[in-house]
Amino acid sequence: MSTLTATWDWLADPAHWSGDNGVWHRLLQHLLLTVVCLFLSCLIALPVALVLGHLGRGGALAVNISNVGRAVPTFAVLVLLLLTPVGNWGEGPTVVALVLFAVPPLLTNAYVGMREVDRGVVQAARGMGMTGRQLMFHVELPLSLPLLMNGVRIAAVQLVATATIAALAGGGGLGRIITAGFNLASTPQVVAGALLVAGFALLVEGGFEIAERLGPARARGGR
Amino acid sequence: MTAAPDDCLARNEWICGAYLSSRRGILLDAVVQHLQLTALSVLIGLLIAVPLAVLARRWGWAAGPVLALTTILYTIPSLAMFSLLLPLYGLSATLVVAGLVLYSLTLLVRNLLAGLRAVPEETRQAARGLGYGPIRLLLTVELPLALPAAMAGLRIATVSAVSLVTVGAIVGYGGLGNLVYAGMNTYFKAQVLTASVLCVLIAIAADLLLLGVQRLITPWTRAARA
Repeated sequence: MSTLTATWDWLADPAHWSGDNGVWHRLLQHLLLTVVCLFLSCLIALPVALVLGHLGRGGALAVNISNVGRAVPTFAVLVLLLLTPVGNWGEGPTVVALVLFAVPPLLTNAYVGMREVDRGVVQAARGMGMTGRQLMFHVELPLSLPLLMNGVRIAAVQLVATATIAALAGGGGLGRIITAGFNLASTPQVVAGALLVAGFALLVEGGFEIAERLGPARARGGR
Repeated sequence: MTAAPDDCLARNEWICGAYLSSRRGILLDAVVQHLQLTALSVLIGLLIAVPLAVLARRWGWAAGPVLALTTILYTIPSLAMFSLLLPLYGLSATLVVAGLVLYSLTLLVRNLLAGLRAVPEETRQAARGLGYGPIRLLLTVELPLALPAAMAGLRIATVSAVSLVTVGAIVGYGGLGNLVYAGMNTYFKAQVLTASVLCVLIAIAADLLLLGVQRLITPWTRAARA
């Protein structure tokens, strides 16, 4: 119980929330890192998935990439990048490692979403004289939105969680509170940092859940 | 004064045979620790997940809470998970194993439950008609039929565990992660690359091994496809 009260005391101390090492600053860094990486990953993964899904090619590649991605330790990738010239770009190594980490689930979910569109609907659209481009943007993309958004949600939550590792390699974000706690041998600080990250991850998960419920019916699957 | 040896270690190259031969002992120890941590956590995860999934299948009301709890566990970042368990286990290997067990639970329970639910009702009724009791039904019909889905979950859980063990370096029990961490602080390129590559190789080897086991213990799935 003493750990819990000590953790509460750490969190309740206003001094821990302000300044460059404070919670608010770290939270902002964490949020910024997550948003930038999510945006870049979507920019890379979604067009590839849409084109592959539309053409119906490279399916094995899109699905297997996701499984292989799990085998690669993000922490090791981050450290490898740190020791290359990329290491001098400030947050560059963290961003690259996190983007590499987030692309597979986005790619796989968007691809599977495109392929799961009812073939009858696709043929009907073709029969109406739609071009490939019209078919992709006006039929397949809207119908694949539920699965695609599920991929974005998985990627976002995992990015929040994994951005914590950046701190092990000297990056910013909420992970810094945890690593600093380890260096100070302060269990309350470590636990407080962990609670903050877990809370942030759950908040993002909850945010997507609410957005999905409020979103247009077709994004919910329209069932 | 003797000149420093001019080998790849001295030049701090990424790929270095001299590193492999001179640090064989350290590498072997790290690989062994990595394998132990992974195997132990996946096995314990399996021991907890099977009864959980069976109970959730038996009593429908239990499925919701079980799935929700394991999903929340999966949302917690690995570094944070180790930190939250720190007051319980201190800086020990148990801490890393406990964290990894909680992660593998999500994937294992989810897949096991999906597998159990996919067993057709007619099959269960046929077994009951043959006089199978609930335990015999579970052990000889339901669990074997849930194996393909369960093995898929087990493979993902194992591969993820191999990669997550590295984060255990923060408490000094990260297997190959320890070498990556130490290599980062000393800018030792060969060590970081070698340990990272070994990590990926272990994950791929474990995945292939489990795939082989799956083919051996579920011969009927191959017969059906052929």
